[in-house]
Amino acid sequence: MRLEPIANPSLARQIGLPALALAATLATASLLVLLAGANPFATLGLILKGAVGSKFAVLETLNRATPLIFTGLSIAVAFRAKLWNIGAEAQLYAGAIVTVLLGTGAVPTPFALPAMAAAAVLAGALLLLGPVLLKVRLGVDEVVTTLMINFIMFLFVSYLLEGPMKDPAGMGWPKSVALMKEARLPRIIDGLRLHWGFALALIAAIGVWVIQTRTTLGFEMRAVGQNPAAARFAGMPVNMVLVKTALLSGGLAALAGFSEVAGLKGHLSLDLSPGFGYTGIIVAMLALLHPLGVVLSALFVAGIFVGSDSMSRAADVPTYIADMLLAVALLFMVLAILLTRVRVVK
Amino acid sequence: MTQTEAKAQDVVLRLDQITKRFGALVANDAISLTLNRGEVVALLGENGAGKTTLMNILFGHYTADDGRVEVMGKPLPPGNPRAALRAGVGMVHQHFTLADNLSVLDNICLGTASLWQMRQGRAAARARVEGLSRDFGLAVNPDAIIAHLSVGERQRVEILKALYRDAKILILDEPTAVLTPQEADALFETLRRATALGLSVLFISHKLHEVMAIASRCVVLRHGRVVAEVDTQATDPAQLAALMVGADIAQPQVAPGLTGPVRLRLQGVSTKSIGAAPGLVSVNLDLCSGQIVGLAGVSGNGQAALADLICGLTKPNIGRLAVEGVLDAGWTPRRAIEAGIARIPEDRHKTGTIPDFTLTENAVMERYATPEFSRKGWMNWRAATAFATAIITFYDVRCPGPDTRIRLLSGGNMQKLILGRVLQPDPKIILANQPVRGLDVGAIAYVHAQLIKARDAGAAILLISEDLDEIMGLADVVHVISDGRLSPGFSRGSMTATALGLWMAGHGFEGARDAA
Amino acid sequence: MDLITILLSASFWAAAVRIASPLIFATMGELICERAGVLNLGIEGIMVIGAFTGWMAVYQGMPLWGGVGVAMAAGMLFGLLHATLTVPFGLSQHVVGLGVTLLATSTSSFAYRLILPEVTSPPKIDPFLPLEIPILSKIPILGEALFSQTPLTYAAFGTAALTAWVLFRTPLGLALRAAGENPAAVEAQGLSVTGLRMGAVIVGSGLMAVGGSFLTLSAFSSFFFEMVNGRGWICIALVVFGAWRPGKAVLGALLFAAFDALQVRLQQTPLGANLPYQVFLMAPYVLSILALILMSRSAQVPAALMVPYNKGER
Repeated sequence: MRLEPIANPSLARQIGLPALALAATLATASLLVLLAGANPFATLGLILKGAVGSKFAVLETLNRATPLIFTGLSIAVAFRAKLWNIGAEAQLYAGAIVTVLLGTGAVPTPFALPAMAAAAVLAGALLLLGPVLLKVRLGVDEVVTTLMINFIMFLFVSYLLEGPMKDPAGMGWPKSVALMKEARLPRIIDGLRLHWGFALALIAAIGVWVIQTRTTLGFEMRAVGQNPAAARFAGMPVNMVLVKTALLSGGLAALAGFSEVAGLKGHLSLDLSPGFGYTGIIVAMLALLHPLGVVLSALFVAGIFVGSDSMSRAADVPTYIADMLLAVALLFMVLAILLTRVRVVK
Repeated sequence: MTQTEAKAQDVVLRLDQITKRFGALVANDAISLTLNRGEVVALLGENGAGKTTLMNILFGHYTADDGRVEVMGKPLPPGNPRAALRAGVGMVHQHFTLADNLSVLDNICLGTASLWQMRQGRAAARARVEGLSRDFGLAVNPDAIIAHLSVGERQRVEILKALYRDAKILILDEPTAVLTPQEADALFETLRRATALGLSVLFISHKLHEVMAIASRCVVLRHGRVVAEVDTQATDPAQLAALMVGADIAQPQVAPGLTGPVRLRLQGVSTKSIGAAPGLVSVNLDLCSGQIVGLAGVSGNGQAALADLICGLTKPNIGRLAVEGVLDAGWTPRRAIEAGIARIPEDRHKTGTIPDFTLTENAVMERYATPEFSRKGWMNWRAATAFATAIITFYDVRCPGPDTRIRLLSGGNMQKLILGRVLQPDPKIILANQPVRGLDVGAIAYVHAQLIKARDAGAAILLISEDLDEIMGLADVVHVISDGRLSPGFSRGSMTATALGLWMAGHGFEGARDAA
Repeated sequence: MDLITILLSASFWAAAVRIASPLIFATMGELICERAGVLNLGIEGIMVIGAFTGWMAVYQGMPLWGGVGVAMAAGMLFGLLHATLTVPFGLSQHVVGLGVTLLATSTSSFAYRLILPEVTSPPKIDPFLPLEIPILSKIPILGEALFSQTPLTYAAFGTAALTAWVLFRTPLGLALRAAGENPAAVEAQGLSVTGLRMGAVIVGSGLMAVGGSFLTLSAFSSFFFEMVNGRGWICIALVVFGAWRPGKAVLGALLFAAFDALQVRLQQTPLGANLPYQVFLMAPYVLSILALILMSRSAQVPAALMVPYNKGER
């Protein structure tokens, strides 16, 4: 078999194939539920109900989506420029660390939140700077370096929480001192458990979209990702564009850490992120790397997680079904998107 | 025709009514031809006439929509390169299919032994390769790594690959495009020995004098159809040319340009070599206003180095580059663009365009950062679209509109957009690197006309081409490049193809240096 | 000196060889994939699925070698998935690899919970026991380090030797390497690039899973969710460090394992008491990055690594 490009794919193909991928994911889900000895319809219904079935569920989903929007944007920006940043997890923690450092009294109150956010962006950006410089200067593959930094960062956080940043009143739990009250992100509406981090995430998504479509930098980032040789030939500063992309990507991922600490948890702990950095890859890919699509796909992914958690409490299906579903969705989706552009011929 | 019938029992290859469509395009339209034992048949046609498609069908890379292939009287199963190899068909592609980091012997042995065999039997293989080298006059060291070989040597490896597999039919796709005239003569000698030993050769080319020199019969393709089959004895180049393009073509008479001041000067420039490709060695070159300088040479002799230098992709290692007398230290692609150099890249797809970008985006790629198209980092897409629309109109780019993705355009239309992109701002200097490669006759004429127009408007042009005829037709001054060295300039009409061929083979450079 | 005592002890070298074993299996697997032109980022997840399935098979009553076989088969299944998406369809090897890792990891967790819903601590199995090679195991230091290991360790070194022999001494190996250098050359000689690359990814993935099963069947005797802990990614670095050569990659794995064994022992020295233990745990990851930087100048990358091949598109 070989692949032949389709010049003008039909609308049916462009919509039908991704829909088919979604259907195939649902079919896989049903199969897994059957394996677990439960009723697929009832179980998938429970997931849906757990995700959006009540005010509490919706708010929970929105809260869970917030860090995923940030990490999804981070990865969408990087992958668009073919910069394989798999280190969003570490950048998230870098953001969280400086958020706690500045939010526990180091900066006077009226400036605390903006300073924390800015410092978080800076920390995440700088953390990705190393791997990207190694890539452009020495040709060291950034996949492995950013992955390694995730592990190193996790151990570093573990050290901080057992040492210099340990909460003396933590009863032996490895967690940091809590933020000052004034350094917490307020709720958007009084009484609703949804903080300004979500709004910030939406603003970030629009911001990234504007950068990509309206600015010279966005034009450069897309060009470098599509065809670096042509970009270089056309006079674009390819390495500089990669560095700028890395700064933006790292900064966005770090905002996830800022928003989780300042908006939700109030302190730093080792379970701050249940893999938001990795899940961000799925979010970005399902969104086809489109910044506004990231918002939708983050909501979808968050819904699956929140719904599965709630479902597994009610039915005997392990909550890990959520991770499996998303991995399956990712693989089906990339295949479906490819097949909208090419056809398989003998 | 009578000759074909007389030797019917000797037919080794028969193509019968081969048809292949790509969408609306009929690349091969009911093509039939036969090849007899021990003869050389030429398949002649312009770029895009369907030669390469036909060969890919014969060799099993494509499957024909209709028609059949017979080798030694037996039908060849379609779409199966392995079957073609086993039937004794050997193919030397235009772009070599060699693994650069493996040795000559490894490349020749690849795929010849059963994959599940425990040992390679290298000693026997080596002896056989050495024997074939001797018999056919194909000298090459079996242990050399391909990356270290010259283009001519690589071609010999390709031929050895086919012979090692006991090929009875050799198909050569544009084999001389990468050779000096002298190397081409050596190749012809090898082919004569091969046919004397009973091999049959199908020789694909668009170069008339070669076809006349080597082939006994000639099949002419045009727009995917066989338009004529003639004995070379009974024809002449003018007739073949007319058959090939469908009308009598007069060699375009280009009036000489009016030479003006020096626009770009290279003084003693050397550059680093990149991999196996040589860098420049103490090159002196002047590009003057109103003049087309042609750069002839066998591919891979430093053309890329010179093109990269003028494009801004590399800097001189030693020596100086000056545009209108101004030396430039921080030479980059952007500086080259700002200095008014219009750059037509060798590879439209890889360096010239971004396939998934729209025509508009491709049109402004080189100048998006200028005040014309952006302000303080914000793109002015309205101006960009207007610019692309203007190019589409002026340069007759056939497309649905400026928002079309450029990968949907034909090569000719893509090239027109690139021409418009670089010529629109009235360039002072033009670098045209293989500007007509892969284009059809109409598009070629169009590109050449645009270059002459720009020259007459005062641009200084460097035309790099592997096609000697193109260079001799257009250039006011010809330089030859060989192994990174540049010959003196020869003015229009003062050189014959044979003499240039000697320079291309590297003769004359020592004397020239002494004189300089 | 402490350091010298450690370096001269047989138990240290035995530990290094033991730690290197799973890395050698998985590194050979990755090396085979990359030599054929496919980067397999599914390695981390495939090691997890190997660790899980091998252990679960033995827990369900299979013999130990049966567990290894089950692990290999599971790895090959995920390899087939990876190969199908990246080779004939030519999808991004980065995206598919990460997807396979996520899928294999979550499949292990899901299946674990499905089969053992109630347990709080994972059940243990009887792992491979050391097999002393007669005579050779009596050599001082070397005997204990090399010839008193479990059978899977011997298999790891055997696999490395076999990989080297196949890649550089057989027609199959030549074809695989050529597929990673210039697929068009392979196709022109009548071989199927798709077949070669898919085969390499499937077999390579099988070896990765065997590497994972070493963790449960030979090193520890039960399965933990986080037990692979980046070893797969380290193997990717080892392939680069070994310049895509099996011998050098084995040396790299041994060197790496020696450092790992060393850091465990240094933690118990006075030096270790003064440094946070996390610093020692970071060592493998820092080392991997350093190895990549060190090799960046001289690495001989297969020319067609990560370049999908589509027949007829030339």
